[in-house]
Amino acid sequence: MNQSHSQPAAHPSTGTYLAIATILTIITLVEVGVFYVELFAPVLAPVLLVLSAVKFSLVVMFYMHLKGDHKLFTLVFVGPLLIATAVLVALLFLFGVFVLG
Amino acid sequence: MSHHTATDLDTRKIAFWTFIGSECLLFGTLISTYLIYEGRSTVGPTTREILNIPITSLSTFDLLMSSLAMVLALAAVSRGDVLWSRIWLATTAFLGTVFLGFQYYEFSSFVHEGLTITTNLFGSTFYTLTGFHGGHVAVGVLLLLTLLVRSFQGKLGPEKAMNVEITGLYWHFVDVVWIVIFTVVYLIQSG
Repeated sequence: MNQSHSQPAAHPSTGTYLAIATILTIITLVEVGVFYVELFAPVLAPVLLVLSAVKFSLVVMFYMHLKGDHKLFTLVFVGPLLIATAVLVALLFLFGVFVLG
Repeated sequence: MSHHTATDLDTRKIAFWTFIGSECLLFGTLISTYLIYEGRSTVGPTTREILNIPITSLSTFDLLMSSLAMVLALAAVSRGDVLWSRIWLATTAFLGTVFLGFQYYEFSSFVHEGLTITTNLFGSTFYTLTGFHGGHVAVGVLLLLTLLVRSFQGKLGPEKAMNVEITGLYWHFVDVVWIVIFTVVYLIQSG
């Protein structure tokens, strides 16, 4: 079936939206918990970045509907996102925030 | 009026995703600038001394729940449920306003503790980054209130669901930017 002209593409159910909200809440609680637990101090940054990436992906895939939408939308979003990430990493190396070796 | 391309995709939606792509570059630049300069302040207050993680965790939860209300508003408009579309749009706008209240409280307390945009590099980059984000939230609240007014005018039926979806895309993008800021600016830098 063609995507209807003024209607959004098929979207997840209310149950899915609620499940995603629950997962996002749990991950946020875990993030704050990890922040306060001394044991995680040596791996704080990578753990938090992974958790943040999961939250980011869930919102983009389910709430912004990229998972079931046309691939062109994914392309015009992920392309600049990758460029922004590459620029960020390059600048952090350039200005000595990250150091190799 | 038709808004479609040869791909049968809505041109407004393509344009809006392209706009969101450009916003990734804007916020990527602001976050980079913050990370580069945040630790180079020669006078305080610094990140560890001033950021309030419990309060920011609450505002993060508030914004996440606003995203839930937004998708429920879109679902209600799509099925022609006028009452619930108004309830969820109003809830989303309310939660966005609460987030701005949190930000006002945070900025006020920081200024009270001696951190202004001119105090040090941390202050300059922090206020610029979070201020830009707050500005985006404020625009989102205005868009939501506009949709609410259109609903009360009887001009927000299922045929206008794309308008709600596009506003939703903006709102969720503001949410994902905050997900990154909360982790990178607040949790990692304060840890």
